[in-house]
Amino acid sequence: MKTNLRVPFLAAISMLSGLVVLVGYFVTLPGLSDLRGLFLDWAVILTAVAAIVGVANLAKVHWRKVRTGQPGAVFSLTTLTSLVLTILVVIFLGGATSAWSLWLFNYALVPVEASLLAVLSVTLIYAFARMINRRLTIFNLIFAGTALFILITAFAWSGFDVFGLRDIRSWVMQVWAAAGARGILFGVALGAIATGLRVLIGSDRPYSG
Amino acid sequence: MNWLGLVFIFLFAVLLLGLGAASRRAKRELREIPAFTRLAGGIGAAVESGRRLHLSLGHGGMLGQPGASTLMGLTILQRIARTASISDVPPIATSGESVQAILSQDVFQAVYQAIGAETQFDPHSGQLTGLSPFSYAAGALPVVYDQQVSVNVLTGSFGSEAALIADAAERTGSMTLAGSENLTAQAVFYACTEEPLIGEELYAAGAYLQAGAMHSASLMTQDIFRWLLIVAILAGAAARLVGVW
Repeated sequence: MKTNLRVPFLAAISMLSGLVVLVGYFVTLPGLSDLRGLFLDWAVILTAVAAIVGVANLAKVHWRKVRTGQPGAVFSLTTLTSLVLTILVVIFLGGATSAWSLWLFNYALVPVEASLLAVLSVTLIYAFARMINRRLTIFNLIFAGTALFILITAFAWSGFDVFGLRDIRSWVMQVWAAAGARGILFGVALGAIATGLRVLIGSDRPYSG
Repeated sequence: MNWLGLVFIFLFAVLLLGLGAASRRAKRELREIPAFTRLAGGIGAAVESGRRLHLSLGHGGMLGQPGASTLMGLTILQRIARTASISDVPPIATSGESVQAILSQDVFQAVYQAIGAETQFDPHSGQLTGLSPFSYAAGALPVVYDQQVSVNVLTGSFGSEAALIADAAERTGSMTLAGSENLTAQAVFYACTEEPLIGEELYAAGAYLQAGAMHSASLMTQDIFRWLLIVAILAGAAARLVGVW
């Protein structure tokens, strides 16, 4: 096993900056708030730089697929062509908010994402049916029954409210579903606090080491 | 100033450190979560059969609320990469956010360095597949379909688009373990996958994958604070009922 000498240095930076941001969130002191703001600004700038690195990585992965003729190379070529085209449009035709850029956004990106949303709805119906088929437990039946009930009663037919279904729907959503969601979110929040604190005390290191 | 919040975090940290020290001396039995038992078996089977492990880290990034689930995903990636590092086919991680992609590459590099096999490190094992939720999901699909994946682990921040990845994984007959901090994603995972992680189960992954004593201590601390919260909620409701508060 090799020891990486960068680890203690990186851990110290991570712990110190994390502590400043955390304490600055709860305590309002002039110097501390400024330092917290500065660290958050740096984080945002680094994230923006990382986005450029990420896009370069994306292009490299697809270029390799095209070069080696892997399955789906045609799609990779389409991705690369779209990427180059978009960069050229943004650089030479007036920037990210120009009419040409907005045309690309409205008539290429939005329809593609909308199509995926349509595919998603079919996928979810299929997954729903498969879940019932795979394991018929009481929890699955409650999950499926509640989902169907909420979906069906979501249709707002004017003047049509059989057996007070709308009231039952809002009771299910505001009492049972909200209580369940809050219970789950309590668990998630405690887990998130524990995870963050492990990074702050240097026990978890999501970077080299 | 929100001193109550700061005191809460401070007490949580003190208890975490105390229980962490105690956990190093005495091992704690964990209740069985079938997803993690199956994951251990799935990793072993994938290594033996020369098939790939795929870890999808979501698109939440490191800033804000989804950061914790991303960190958990990276911990799981670290454990999986260590276990599967002896395999002929290295694991692959897909991300929908650049910082996550860079960190996943860093995790792979660190694991290979730690075991003295730097030459095996492939920068393409940590990939950014798209920068919007749907493009990320669409970019991850070829990995699930074409790269002979036998185990898919979806941990991080997702939305409903995660159904596309989970459905693809189910169609290829591979094992899928999925967890997220997002409620929509949890509902989708419950319907789409055989092994969904609900609520805080995602954050228990480190303890179940033997990532260290602090992970077991985290579970104990979470349990203690959960009971305290339950008592506080019930006490508040009772006080309200009798008109004290």
